[in-house]
Amino acid sequence: MSIFDLAKVPLRELNAALHSLPPSTNETHWVVTNPGGKHAIACGVDAPITIDIEGHVGYYCGGMNKEATIVVSGNAGVGVAENMMSGEVRVKGDASQAAGATGRGGLLVIDGNASARCGISMKGIDIVVKGSIGPMSAFMAQAGNLVVLGDAGDALGDSIYEARLFVRGSVAGLGADCIEKEMSAEDKSILKSLLKRADLNESISPDDFKMFGSARRLYHFHIDNVDAY
Amino acid sequence: MCGIVGLFLKQRKLEPELGAMLSDMLAVMSDRGPDSAGFAVYGDGQTGCVKLTVSGASETALRESLTELGRALGENLVSTFRDTHAVISLPASKERQARGWIAAHDDISFVGAGTRMELYKEVGLPERVAQRFGLARMAGSHGIGHTRMATESAVTTRGAHPFSTGLDQCLVHNGSLSNHNGVRRVLRREGMTFETENDTEVAAGYLSWKIREGASLKEALTQSLVDLDGFYTFVVGTESGFAVLRDPISCKPAVMAETNDYVAFGSEYRALAMLPGVDKAHLFEPNPATVYAWERA
Repeated sequence: MSIFDLAKVPLRELNAALHSLPPSTNETHWVVTNPGGKHAIACGVDAPITIDIEGHVGYYCGGMNKEATIVVSGNAGVGVAENMMSGEVRVKGDASQAAGATGRGGLLVIDGNASARCGISMKGIDIVVKGSIGPMSAFMAQAGNLVVLGDAGDALGDSIYEARLFVRGSVAGLGADCIEKEMSAEDKSILKSLLKRADLNESISPDDFKMFGSARRLYHFHIDNVDAY
Repeated sequence: MCGIVGLFLKQRKLEPELGAMLSDMLAVMSDRGPDSAGFAVYGDGQTGCVKLTVSGASETALRESLTELGRALGENLVSTFRDTHAVISLPASKERQARGWIAAHDDISFVGAGTRMELYKEVGLPERVAQRFGLARMAGSHGIGHTRMATESAVTTRGAHPFSTGLDQCLVHNGSLSNHNGVRRVLRREGMTFETENDTEVAAGYLSWKIREGASLKEALTQSLVDLDGFYTFVVGTESGFAVLRDPISCKPAVMAETNDYVAFGSEYRALAMLPGVDKAHLFEPNPATVYAWERA
């Protein structure tokens, strides 16, 4: 186990050490102490390792992550796991704006709330938020799944393409071209497996959720829709 | 970038700690705005008196200026000196004359006025600025602070936040306004005066104008959503109030923590992480285009 104390060691040394790991590394468990809300902690990791971060992180923690499992025991700042490719990022507290933005793969689990623009432009990532999400979430979402156990803020899924948005609580308002959809058996099985991967009690049923997605009216420019763009 | 912090106490018992808490919060935000820093603290006030915060090149220069000002006013001035700033306590009836005298003299500058508000700002690393002014030892009911990364106007003491355009009123801003020149012209016609070309001073002047015309702080901020264009997170202080507003797409960051003892604002959570009881606080990011306001009981 490698321990990095960010109160003593510069952040660049930690990230450089993580970036130099070969895929076959034996150093599979890393612990980061005193993160102190620093930005870009454990960004761009490309190795199947586990990184435990003991405290609060700033912007872009776990950004561009590939393969690694990153666990933040506190709150996360703007853009946690942004553009994640694969692997997992788990936040025990709350996440700020743009959690999981543009993510292409992997799983992001937030135990608390996520604020505005959660999953903006998501491109294949799976996001599970155990609390609520803020306004303008899943804006222009293209692929992947967003699961919210609490409520969603205003303008959910504005200009959405093909992502699935599952919300158990209330939705303050839907964005342009986002509508409630009937859940198919496949949708339910995807939701069930995501709930399981987020360690959620089996008693939570996919039937407790509503699903939202694209009405597909804004895919191609049409003069009648000009006000919606 | 820029960083903002704000703290509004709900319990009087914490008032001696206000400066220490705000100072820690401001220091954490140093790397969001290393150019300059400033803060306003709402402390003690005396009935019938106004506190003028002024600045000069040095304490020695300021002492000379204030001796002359005292002579001109025929008053034995009571002043507190803190580095390049001094706070003068004056009978309210002498405020106008004192400000006229200050405006006519080059070696002393007016920073802010209030019955309770004191305002300090200076160029330099925020942590250092807070130390120079001794923020950690100040007491008060609420305070706001700012760390500046300049975008819209020069790195000068006058361009540092908070901006104050009315008695006990001050504002800090993270963002930039795109229609400030037009709004400044309108406000000048309404009799408001501006010291700088800074966009934030226009936002402060706009709120002072609305309040002058009879609006409450909350009403003034609600109307600013219509009249101010750009991106912004504002934190505003008045003699008894504290308010927060983000633009309609919440472009700039904001995190708040509320407990039975206080309401705290930070640009990032790490600015709040050291506050007592924050782990049990109601933690939230303010919604866009929504005015949040608190008033002292």
